[in-house]
Amino acid sequence: MKRKGMKLLLSIVVLTTLTIALSACSGDKQGEDSSQITIGIPQDMEDSLDPNKAVAAGTKEVYFNMFEGLLKPDSDGNLNPAVASDYKISDDRLTYTFTLRDGIRFHDGTTVTVEDIKFSIDKCADASNGDPLVPAFSNVESVNIVDESTVEIVLKSADADFLANLATVDAAITPASNNDPDQTAIGTGPYKFVSRSPQENFILEKFDDYWGEPAKIEQVILKVCANTDSIVMDLNGGSVDMFARVTPAQAGQLNGQFEVLEGTMNLVQAMYLNNAAAPFDDVRVRQALCYAVDKEEILLMVSDGKGTQIGSSMFPAFGKYYMPELNDVYKKDIEKAKELLADAGYPDGFSFTVKVPSNYTQHVDTAQVLAEQLKAINVDAQIELIEWDSWLSDVYADRNYEATVVGVDAASLTASALLMRFTSTAGNNFINFNSPAYDTAFANAQAALEEADQTEYYKECERVLTEEAANVYIQDIAELVALNKKYAGYEFYPLYVQDFSKLYIVEE
Amino acid sequence: MKIKREPMKRISKNSNFIAGAVLTGLILLFIIIGCIHTPYDPEAMDGAGRFAGISWRHPMGCDNFGRDILSRVMTGAGTTLGVAFATVAIGAFFGVIWGAFAGYYGGLLDEIFMRAADAMLAFPSILLALMIIGLFGPGKYNVILALGIAFVPSFARIVRSEFIRCKNMDYVRSARLMGAGNLRIMFVHILPNAFPVILSSVLIGFNNAVLAEAGMNYLGIGVMPPDASLGRMLSEAQTYIFSAPGYAIFPGIVLILMILGFSLLGEGVRDN
Amino acid sequence: MRGKTILKKTVSTIITLLVVSFLVFLSFSVIPGDPAVSQLGTNATPERVEALREEMGLNRPFFLRFGEWLLSFAGGDMGISYSYKIPVKEMILDKLPITFTMTVMAFILVVIISVPVGIYAAKHQGGRTDRAVITINQVFMAVPPFFAGILITVLFGVVLKLFTPGGYVSYTKNFWGFVGYLFFPALAIALPKAAMTVKLLRSSLLEQAELDYTRTAYSRGNTTRDVLYRHVLQNAMIPVITFLGMALADIFTGSIIIEQVFNIPGLGRILLTSISNRDYPVVMAIIVCLAFAVIVINLLVDVIYRFADPRIRNED
Repeated sequence: MKRKGMKLLLSIVVLTTLTIALSACSGDKQGEDSSQITIGIPQDMEDSLDPNKAVAAGTKEVYFNMFEGLLKPDSDGNLNPAVASDYKISDDRLTYTFTLRDGIRFHDGTTVTVEDIKFSIDKCADASNGDPLVPAFSNVESVNIVDESTVEIVLKSADADFLANLATVDAAITPASNNDPDQTAIGTGPYKFVSRSPQENFILEKFDDYWGEPAKIEQVILKVCANTDSIVMDLNGGSVDMFARVTPAQAGQLNGQFEVLEGTMNLVQAMYLNNAAAPFDDVRVRQALCYAVDKEEILLMVSDGKGTQIGSSMFPAFGKYYMPELNDVYKKDIEKAKELLADAGYPDGFSFTVKVPSNYTQHVDTAQVLAEQLKAINVDAQIELIEWDSWLSDVYADRNYEATVVGVDAASLTASALLMRFTSTAGNNFINFNSPAYDTAFANAQAALEEADQTEYYKECERVLTEEAANVYIQDIAELVALNKKYAGYEFYPLYVQDFSKLYIVEE
Repeated sequence: MKIKREPMKRISKNSNFIAGAVLTGLILLFIIIGCIHTPYDPEAMDGAGRFAGISWRHPMGCDNFGRDILSRVMTGAGTTLGVAFATVAIGAFFGVIWGAFAGYYGGLLDEIFMRAADAMLAFPSILLALMIIGLFGPGKYNVILALGIAFVPSFARIVRSEFIRCKNMDYVRSARLMGAGNLRIMFVHILPNAFPVILSSVLIGFNNAVLAEAGMNYLGIGVMPPDASLGRMLSEAQTYIFSAPGYAIFPGIVLILMILGFSLLGEGVRDN
Repeated sequence: MRGKTILKKTVSTIITLLVVSFLVFLSFSVIPGDPAVSQLGTNATPERVEALREEMGLNRPFFLRFGEWLLSFAGGDMGISYSYKIPVKEMILDKLPITFTMTVMAFILVVIISVPVGIYAAKHQGGRTDRAVITINQVFMAVPPFFAGILITVLFGVVLKLFTPGGYVSYTKNFWGFVGYLFFPALAIALPKAAMTVKLLRSSLLEQAELDYTRTAYSRGNTTRDVLYRHVLQNAMIPVITFLGMALADIFTGSIIIEQVFNIPGLGRILLTSISNRDYPVVMAIIVCLAFAVIVINLLVDVIYRFADPRIRNED
């Protein structure tokens, strides 16, 4: 009896040890003959492989490495020629003539032709489904092939932002011959698509025939790390070499193998208020909230004091448009806030619901601090965590909410990418902002031919947003990139993109 | 070396009961004190006290907002306990009725009821929770409802098999001969006999409810911040597991002690 | 089982699956969120949403859509994922082995831990080891699975460095590495279930030991070993098998949280993200498959149960 029990016990011990031993061997990475880097991403790219159709910011920032438009932004915010090697703008600013880069190839080896360009731009401008794929392209009158290396795009009206819109992933040039763009990714970027496994990884490989400076690392593995809470363990344990957005708390727990690079996320984090819903339809109530909020404390609580305070819908990476003086329009002043509330008819405060997408820890944390701060003026902010997809349909599409904390980014390197949505007729004006002064200023900016005038009008727009207290503006969140010291070359962009082609392996 | 019951068993049963009662009592006391008074406002933030370590002023330290963890554990334990109790109450109430009818009447009714139970068991509770949240909006009470509904079929199964076992026993037959109605037989005669089994599944169910509440919060649906619950605290703490291990450990210990206390108590009650 | 029983079981299985799929389909028209809006993201404008809804066929009547889904599913076509644009069947075939392996490993762990420990505890009932086992058991049962997962990651991954946290490798690349990584999540799932099984087996054994037939067996001069393995264990296993069957189904459907903790791209994770992406072709397919697995496991338990317990066998 005893012997049998012992045997069983022994076999368990042996089996367990064996399994553990096996797993210990497998923990090491497989042979690294070719250079590779494993980059963690917080959620999978649950998107089409077609760059013109992809919507999630997390997808587009990766597609930046695979696809290119006629132009391409660099890390300083300049627009450089990409698929086109040169361009000319007619004097009336309506006709753009592009010269196709000589010998440029797609990932499948075929040469890019002017037909591909026409196909791609037409696809983006196709309005048969109500709206064109790239909204700014509703202004495209026609795309004409001039000769086998020249294409002409004619606009309906002058548009100072047109070039910037051509330089986005949305307007990428893809081959007309691709029958199944949803599942086959063919672009002209420095990396080409190899494979994807849902919720597991997304693998890219260096494109050898790239027209420009080639990528340095052969293989980029984007690994889905859905459990962002365990990202510190994944990094320290060595299963991930880079993670683009760690929180300051996570950065503090990384071991000596990692370098933490600091930039900004280039988004406008704010408590967005539904300007059409009571009590936020009263400007005094909105201003009261702004006076009650202490941005500095939020930054301290949420991100160890890192990040940049903002006062309007613009962030510092946009250089000339950014107005730091707007940050201090509403200095914390509880008495003033209470007065404003009393004037507006809420001497005893009120209660409202703030909907926050639950997958964004930093927005959830910000909302918690906000709610705590608003207690000082007897305003009770009830936090309601919702899924991102409920947020998209309830808050963004149906505008059925009172307040929400999110970050809004810019699709292209233009001020209008951030400001257009607040015009009273914009389809994506999810805060229902309605100000004739704003509409006029924005229209003037769009029509302005001189750059200086345009900048001045855009600044006027920002000022209106601040004065009207359209939203409770908070910050441009600090972006902390954890990078294993084996690698270097990471560059921050003024847009929401990740450039893998600049990364290289540090020689030891 | 023979397998037989030894006198030792009695003592260990009693010790189960005593240990369980003491643990549960302590936890309940902890929660009741938390309802009346906490050392600090569990929602008050303090920028200077972020991640404060263990000290006399903060026996469990502070979290990422400088909130006192002890105060949050006190209120959070209450929330968790409340959710678990309500969930089990819903699950057991409807489960008993469902299982009693299915088991007692048998035949087609049983078949329909049990297929429905199978379907519900195969239906992920997360989706159920989302559905209920979609219908009634998010929040604590809808999580209770969702978990409660998810618990019904497992109670129903257990009660059903008890009723099948009991329905042909002598005391049921004699009750029937004496003219007792079906409902009376089911709920006056059989139910008390099935009670020990139901009690044990209630206790297992209670543990599952506490774990499920924690799991829901881990997935981001459940108690809304800034309210505390043990599950919510545990999942929030995961990010800070190296810089502030106490944030995870204390709620974890209280959660484990709570479950431990109830299951020991349950065993003691059943065995005596 | 006789032919009639088999037929009855088949019919009821199909009905259950129909009910499940209907409920899931229904739930998607109830929960907030719209597949078209999800696909368009922040690019959504009312006109585009409407156009896409039309294109996806979401504007047609509910029962028509359900009927169509049912027909194509019955024909083996599970549709195409809304978000990934990949055939759902391909996705499931790719992810099923992961969850399946983890379930089987967890189940094996439950059995090889609980059966010897349970027997040992029962044999030495009241002894120091027995009491130690009972205490440890109670603690293991009280740990939430995701917390156990975190503790295991910290202990085995960070402190002992037995595995790389988050270092999942695909089974197509390195099978043994895959199995090695899954060992730890399987352990996190297995520990509480094993603890429950030990408890059940121990009390079941002790109950049997008090019954008349055991006493008779002893009085006939049988050795402890004979009595235990020939008579007691067989009877004591009946409730344990039922429990193990339920546990197996539970592990299989309940792996969502552990997959999240250990970053494993299995069926549970796909299910969770598909629910939040409102990618219902994927959700429908996974749930129907899971439901089918649960029903089959329950059926198997039923069969084993009948086989193990002569009383039930005779009733049939």
